[in-house]
Amino acid sequence: MALKDYLRQRFFPHMWCPGCGHGIVLNSLIRAIEELKLDKNDIVMTSGIGCSARISGYVDFHSLHTLHGRALAFATGVKLSKPSLNLIVPMGDGDALAIGGNHFIHAARRNINITAIVMNNRIYGMTGGQFSPLSGCGKKATTAPYLTIDQEFDVVKLASAAGASFVARSTTYHAKEATQYLKKAIEHKGFSVVEILSQCPTHYGRKNKEGDAPDMLEIYKDTTGKLGSKALEKNPDLIPRGIFVEEERKEYCEEYGKLVEKAMGGAR
Amino acid sequence: MKNNIRFVQGNEACVEGALYAGLNFFAGYPITPSTEIAEALSGRLPKMGGKFIQMEDEIASMCAIIGASLTGHKVMTATSGPGFSLKQEAIGYACMAEIPCVIANVQRGGPSTGNPTHVSQGDANQARWGTHGDHGIIALTASNHQDIFSITVDAFNMAETYRTPVILLLDEAIGHLREKLEIPEHGSQPIVDRLRTSVGKGVDYHPYLAREDGRLPMSDFGDVHRYNVTGLFHDMWGFPSNNPTVVYELLHHLVDKIDNNVHAITRFKEHFLDDADYILISYGSSARSAIHLAKQRRNRGEKIGVLELQSIWPFPTAMVREKCARAKAVVVVEMNMGQIMAQVKSSVDKPENVFLANRIDGKLITPTDIKQLLRVIQGRGV
Repeated sequence: MALKDYLRQRFFPHMWCPGCGHGIVLNSLIRAIEELKLDKNDIVMTSGIGCSARISGYVDFHSLHTLHGRALAFATGVKLSKPSLNLIVPMGDGDALAIGGNHFIHAARRNINITAIVMNNRIYGMTGGQFSPLSGCGKKATTAPYLTIDQEFDVVKLASAAGASFVARSTTYHAKEATQYLKKAIEHKGFSVVEILSQCPTHYGRKNKEGDAPDMLEIYKDTTGKLGSKALEKNPDLIPRGIFVEEERKEYCEEYGKLVEKAMGGAR
Repeated sequence: MKNNIRFVQGNEACVEGALYAGLNFFAGYPITPSTEIAEALSGRLPKMGGKFIQMEDEIASMCAIIGASLTGHKVMTATSGPGFSLKQEAIGYACMAEIPCVIANVQRGGPSTGNPTHVSQGDANQARWGTHGDHGIIALTASNHQDIFSITVDAFNMAETYRTPVILLLDEAIGHLREKLEIPEHGSQPIVDRLRTSVGKGVDYHPYLAREDGRLPMSDFGDVHRYNVTGLFHDMWGFPSNNPTVVYELLHHLVDKIDNNVHAITRFKEHFLDDADYILISYGSSARSAIHLAKQRRNRGEKIGVLELQSIWPFPTAMVREKCARAKAVVVVEMNMGQIMAQVKSSVDKPENVFLANRIDGKLITPTDIKQLLRVIQGRGV
């Protein structure tokens, strides 16, 4: 199937700013789905609120655009009620880890077979550039005129500690790599998290003097290093990219299936 | 011998009604005094191949049932005051996206943590206006276990018929009271199944294009029609729109589909109402005391009757006006500061003849409480 056949073309042009990284994430994701030859009728894309969340409207799957922070809670209901469906949940950094932080760690704890994508642009873009729990210290934002003093979450460490059985990180500069991680994440049985650093030149880059979109992509190239690479070994300050967790663990819907068998057996 | 008679709590009667209606997905979070609903369903649903999940919080429970409804399941959650507050945003989402679901609120004293183990009916207005923005909503209630059973079935039926969340407004006293419940034969109370689209594969399906009768046939997630569901104002495709005409028409549709069907939705019971000079209007557990008092006073020859409301929202204005037309006085019996009394006053021709007999201290209102007020109204002293 051609890549464009995965898109709802009548709803284009999209609403993202020029230079936004989210279109690249959409591109990586569609390529992963195309390579996996998934049936469009078997995919439910569930998203929350924010720039990232609009991704679900543009794809020709079953799409559920929900409430700020709650995408994983809705997705849990969809998945448990019909486990044969593939659940893909793209979220922004505020969506996933500020207002939605509780659902994030509990979906990971359950290890329910859902693919979560954190499109991390380190800012609340749709509301005009307020800092997020992933902005980190010393950043400028409309709600941090004196620079942020908040520490950031490390998505990889948080997801791993909470129980996600697949955890990876990539960037929009490494779009092909991101596609490979997304493929593995979707195929993985259990809760999978892929963090993709995604530039927001309009609100983050401009305020923090990171330049426009190409400059920000260069930054992703220069400040990240692949797991196992010499570059990362030499410079531990680089942000590591790669697959951090890939383990087979009990998956929630399968365990529920066993529980049903037990309950029905007890009834006889 | 038939084994269909139970001695159960009101919360369990609600569970029986829900299962009879076809409930097959429940998500919840423990909260007093509704917890027994979740406890019972955690045992019952898996036995039938249904799904039960205890979520991480009240918000997640509400979101999860909406997700499960979209795959074609009949869904419910249960909660009480603080949890009902937390669920409001997602209830609004279900209103906007028109997703059938049932929310049982076993009321306790509020505001805030309030009086968790004691009765109240203080959430009547919250059931109507808890979520932000104009919207239509249905809220049902009952005063005994047989009625809780059948009104719960009604709740599921109305959720499917009108594609809306339906609030089951129970209360601590009726939820925890134990009495007899006779579970009816299957087929004795009609069950409304989901209206699904007849549009075939390859043909454009418009998830938000109403038929001539106003109903919107659905398509399950996972079936051949792929469409968008959103809490934003949306067009017939389900795609976000801020076109003023689209916004205007959708908001009107959401309100009108409920308000225009108030007659079909209205549920009530009459007790000695035909020749009543004094009418007690009540609902839920407080209606039990009202009915008890009316029986007592009837034995003494007083013309007292009870109009028991079983649907609170949309408020049955026309029915209440008609029933109260020749009453000397109307006493609204409820356990709050007069939330339904305000509705009754605005419904009847003589609002000055509407009085409130209430109790707000966590204790069930008694027939004596009502009688004392009635004596004042009747000019018989205190």
